[in-house]
Amino acid sequence: MTWALDHLSEILTRAGQHAWLAGLPLVLGLVIALPLGWLASRTSWLRASLLTTTGLLYTIPSLALFILLPSILGTKILDPVNVIVAMTIYTVALLTRTVADGLSSVDPSTRQAAIAMGYGGFARFRAVDLPLAVPVIAAGLRVAAVSNVSIVSVASLIGISQLGYFLTDGYARSFPTEVWVGIIACLLLALVFDLVIQVVSRALTPWTRAVAA
Amino acid sequence: MIRFEGVTKRYGDADSGSADGGSPGEGGGDPGSVAVDNLTLEAPTGQITVLVGPSGCGKTTTLRMVNRMVTPTSGTISVDGRDTASMDVAELRRGMGYVIQHAGLFPHRTVVDNVMTVPRLLGVDKRQARSRAMELIERVGLDPAMARRYPAQLSGGQQQRVGVARALAADPPVMLMDEPFSAVDPVVREQLQNEFLRLQSELGKTILFVTHDIDEAVKLGDQVAVLRVGGVLAQLASPAKLLADPVDDFVAGFVGRDRGYRALSFAAAPELSLTDEPTVRLRATGEQVRAIGSPWVLAVGDAGEPVGWVRAAAVDHEVTRDLLHRGGTVASTAGSLRALLDAALSSPSGRGVVADDDGRLVGTITAAEVVPAIEARRSATTAGELPEGASTR
Ligand SMILES: Nc1ncnc2c1ncn2[C@@H]1O[C@H](COP(=O)(O)OP(=O)(O)O)[C@@H](O)[C@H]1O
Ligand SMILES: [Mg+2]
Repeated sequence: MTWALDHLSEILTRAGQHAWLAGLPLVLGLVIALPLGWLASRTSWLRASLLTTTGLLYTIPSLALFILLPSILGTKILDPVNVIVAMTIYTVALLTRTVADGLSSVDPSTRQAAIAMGYGGFARFRAVDLPLAVPVIAAGLRVAAVSNVSIVSVASLIGISQLGYFLTDGYARSFPTEVWVGIIACLLLALVFDLVIQVVSRALTPWTRAVAA
Repeated sequence: MIRFEGVTKRYGDADSGSADGGSPGEGGGDPGSVAVDNLTLEAPTGQITVLVGPSGCGKTTTLRMVNRMVTPTSGTISVDGRDTASMDVAELRRGMGYVIQHAGLFPHRTVVDNVMTVPRLLGVDKRQARSRAMELIERVGLDPAMARRYPAQLSGGQQQRVGVARALAADPPVMLMDEPFSAVDPVVREQLQNEFLRLQSELGKTILFVTHDIDEAVKLGDQVAVLRVGGVLAQLASPAKLLADPVDDFVAGFVGRDRGYRALSFAAAPELSLTDEPTVRLRATGEQVRAIGSPWVLAVGDAGEPVGWVRAAAVDHEVTRDLLHRGGTVASTAGSLRALLDAALSSPSGRGVVADDDGRLVGTITAAEVVPAIEARRSATTAGELPEGASTR
């Protein structure tokens, strides 16, 4: 406890870095997964190939990705961009299916009505399918957020500063307190992400709380 | 006027043509199965044309070809003389209200926002669209307080009303309705049907209405098109004609039992001489009731409206509402022969109660007196040709 208090400013700095490395990819990944998921929800052959490909991306070990990306992107090994790109890939891998499922979960009669009112392709996506998919997408985002927070900690092995540092440093120094501080800080960060997503999702979906009167 | 000319729809062709209506995985029919077969049909302007037939006979397909949610394999469909195939599809669809079985409301929009959808898509400004929507919400019989609710907060019948309001919002000349009242319970369905007829009498839309329920078809249709499986038009006729003169065994079977009796719905009650019926008021004493000298005595309310029959022997002190026999129906002078006959048949005294438009008692009539009127009508319309204008709806 005293150790944590003594190192509070360092913990907060690294937590901030961790949040950035895990959070920015969450947003980027969602922005990329939305059009991909939309395509997958519209065309059955695209659905199969897109979902298989993005699914496979998730199986690439994170450490391998952190090490390989610099040579692909031409970045330095210590550049946080590598982590951002890698985490974005994982987010896309997790979210494409969720978005596709969410968009196709719209009740068939609601969809028929939308089409009959002259809602075509993109207009229907924006006005009907997407708003109705928010609860499903938010659930996927929560999984991706937790996954990102945990995977980012691995980046300390390649020397990128974030909460994972306390795990590797504590292990190297055989100092369990530091390891615990790292774990708890990661947990709290994941909780904060989860909370933010839930609050935003609730704000976007007042209709889900409308119960029969 | 909506006009089908030699329209055929075959599913499972190279271009199955489900437009953008298809979700992945749709289209499981037999390859090349014919859903609608060489259909030629006119739905006249300002009238209700009902498409009726057993499940799978191509009713929905026929309806969806009108707004091009399904593309015909061959043939043409025109609306007021314009070939729909040549029109911009969004423009075509926004000129047609579409109402479906489960309403298909947008769950994430409030009732008023649902109703505003098409006017907003057409560029009507928000305030104007909203006030028009509120007007329609009341017009379809909903409490304006419901406007701010979400669809999940409404009953099935209320959702269906919102669906109708939404379809009417842009005041389209044409309405396409696919079993709009099938998913609600019978009591609500009857209310919705009656209000639908009242609305239509005010609005005079050109309506294509799909149902599998023949009773609904004859109740609502100005004309009824009976389809058989395979999408072949079996008969197109007025409801009265359909009941009186089914063209073949299939239509006769589909139209069902009691069609002779049901056909009387479309025959206006003639002016018959009614019998003056001695009555008692509610709270009349036992002596007053028995003084009339009949085993069943008709009780009337303060405005002279018949309230029910009472058995003279059952009155101890006075006539109370719970002593009244509930079985008898009341026919209206402006009603049908069916209502007249039913009033007589359902009355415990055998004397059918007839009231005027304001609900006041006019007199009574027995079944024996109604039957000659039915017979007279038959001889007036010999050779089975029924007067088409005889509808009393
Ligand atoms: N998208 C589709 N793909 C293949 N077959 C279809 C499709 N839609 C309907 N059908 C077939 O066409 C026939 C008519 O269907 P439909 O128009 O829905 O009938 P109804 O509305 O009278 O019940 C049925 O045999 C049905 O299986
Ligand atoms: Mg159908």
